[in-house]
Amino acid sequence: MNYTRTFKGRSYDFKDLKSLLAKASPRRSADELAGIAAASEEERAVAQWLLADLPLTTFLAEPLIPPEEDEVSRLIAESHDQSAFAPIASFTVGEFREWLLSDVTSDEQIAAVRMGVTPEMAAAVSKIMRNQDLIAVSRRCSVVTSFRNTIGLPGRLATRLQPNHPTDDPRGIAASILDGLLYGSGDAVIGINPATDSPRNVERLLHLLDDIIRRHEIPTQSCVLAHVTTTLELIGRGAPVDLVFQSIAGTEAANKSFGINLALLAEAHQAARALGRGTVGANLMYFETGQGSALSANAHHGIDAQSCEARAYAVAREFSPLLVNTVVGFIGPEYLYDAKQIIRAGLEDHFCGKLLGLPMGCDVCYTNHAEADQNDMDNLLTLLAVAGCSYIMGVPGADDVMLAYQTSSFHDALYLRRVLGLRPAPEFEAWLNRLGIFDGRNALGHGITPPQLLGAMHALAKELP
Amino acid sequence: MTDPWLALRRFTQARIALGRAGHAVTTKALLDFQLAHAQARDAVHLPWDREAFAEQLRKLGEEVLLFDTPVAGREEYLRRPDLGRVLSETSRTRLKRRNAAETDVALIVTNGLSSTAVERHGIPLLQAIVNLYRARQLRLAPISLVANGRVALSDQIGSALAARVAVIVVGERPGLSAADSLGIYLTHAPQPGRTDAERNCISNIRPPEGLNYAAAAEKLLYLTEEALRRGISGISLKDDMAGLLGE
Repeated sequence: MNYTRTFKGRSYDFKDLKSLLAKASPRRSADELAGIAAASEEERAVAQWLLADLPLTTFLAEPLIPPEEDEVSRLIAESHDQSAFAPIASFTVGEFREWLLSDVTSDEQIAAVRMGVTPEMAAAVSKIMRNQDLIAVSRRCSVVTSFRNTIGLPGRLATRLQPNHPTDDPRGIAASILDGLLYGSGDAVIGINPATDSPRNVERLLHLLDDIIRRHEIPTQSCVLAHVTTTLELIGRGAPVDLVFQSIAGTEAANKSFGINLALLAEAHQAARALGRGTVGANLMYFETGQGSALSANAHHGIDAQSCEARAYAVAREFSPLLVNTVVGFIGPEYLYDAKQIIRAGLEDHFCGKLLGLPMGCDVCYTNHAEADQNDMDNLLTLLAVAGCSYIMGVPGADDVMLAYQTSSFHDALYLRRVLGLRPAPEFEAWLNRLGIFDGRNALGHGITPPQLLGAMHALAKELP
Repeated sequence: MTDPWLALRRFTQARIALGRAGHAVTTKALLDFQLAHAQARDAVHLPWDREAFAEQLRKLGEEVLLFDTPVAGREEYLRRPDLGRVLSETSRTRLKRRNAAETDVALIVTNGLSSTAVERHGIPLLQAIVNLYRARQLRLAPISLVANGRVALSDQIGSALAARVAVIVVGERPGLSAADSLGIYLTHAPQPGRTDAERNCISNIRPPEGLNYAAAAEKLLYLTEEALRRGISGISLKDDMAGLLGE
């Protein structure tokens, strides 16, 4: 279908739905690099007008990629729930925005339409929402998941303890884990990005994490963020796998460039579930995404970065994940140029994910060639915490020495606990209080290092080469 | 407030045991972080004094070629990686007119994401490389210097210079702990359209903390001779090297 609009005597022509979506997107360098962004601010604003008038049913009638060419499109079509969609079926995109914000709409009603909302509908409505709209509606979407603790309860904020080391040195990793635990971090997951993806190395790290979690009876889960095929192989070998990690994207071709497809994810999901390692619940997939990944794989089909990202969430929700993480500023300035674009993208991703029913966390981050700094991360961190973000990263001093980028620190989570009163996952909070790491009032205790962890620390220090 | 687990610092460069003021980091930790970030930012935005670099090479007796990409400035360089992968119209015409005789290696240098890295380590690294190559009687094209280039640029230059192997030295993306790392990418039978899977990479060249010049040059010589002998580069070549080194 062709989309045209005359505005003050000038005619605007958008050749198809994906072109309209791209041109209605708030400005970002990824869409400019792809050559699909609005040519002027006016064209963008006009595209938003046109998008707002579009019936939601348009997205069902006009798939962005023909389903016969793309399994993600097939998944989106097949998993669409008509009865869940019924309450919003008559809306335009603009009316959908107002319904989401309305005082008359209950949070339960928003949750009830989840499976009737497609990623494209979520992306479309986000494009005509201000940052405050994204925050206000996200806050209304509660998504609770569990494995050895409970993530996403209202008033809670979890953290992924990310103890990366450039050579995967076990003592270096253990030192960062202790640092994180003593700062109250690690309830979402203790998750290592391995420097080397070899099965032997990943297995060694899995045992390291499993050992720490069991020895100190920490109510949390571990993950080594290896390729899903590596994890699958290790499950077969009996390695202690809690969560299965994989980077995912919103098109079949982009997923292919990651070396995955839906069948492979399903196989890994089944294999890990069969281990039955969760004690509180059985959500065990951990997905990472990020705007621009489909473009960088040259697999975006002319679809804008944010819509591609929302489509990745359709892949995620098929597997009831424990955690989904948008790694928002990692990809670099050719995709998100500056802090304004990173902040906007972080809020969009969190909103779309939550609206679709996902346990969204955000890696609030940037690289040194992006126009951003730690102050900008403070801003995004605060906004996301207000929006009810499920979890953030925790890295010693915000400096990941393996991946060479900056994200949020253990201290940053403490800041959010102090200014917004957000508490860790309840099971983990009880553990922190029991060990005296926290003082029972959602803050660090005063100068007492728990004897148990102190012992672990001395043992570590003695293992000098 | 200092942390009693400060002793664990010896196990990692990660910023552990930073201490705290209430929930926040100490003033020292805060300023230390900001200094490191400032150095990284400067490295990204510093323009490269290519003329001075060329002059140093000429003094060492090297023939130097200067080319440009269509990139207008650092901001465009960051936003448009595609423009950093091609030569400007004028440079392309000039390169075509050269009518190059076949060589073994075309050496190319670009500042990439860190001019600081090229300024600090470029000349001594090139000296080490060129000396090793010459000692093995490899035929070298003149050294090409291109400001604001990306790795794939070496395909176009290498092929126009009729080189069997293209080697590009590039300033790497600055991290917080290192703003001056150089990387080297090698491609056999360079021609536009080669993918990254067809290249071999040597990274983190920045003595004294990172790889030193001699070690980098030796690694490069090994890769170059293997690429020439076997007629490949990229993933398959790397695998074999790992085997040979017993990794």
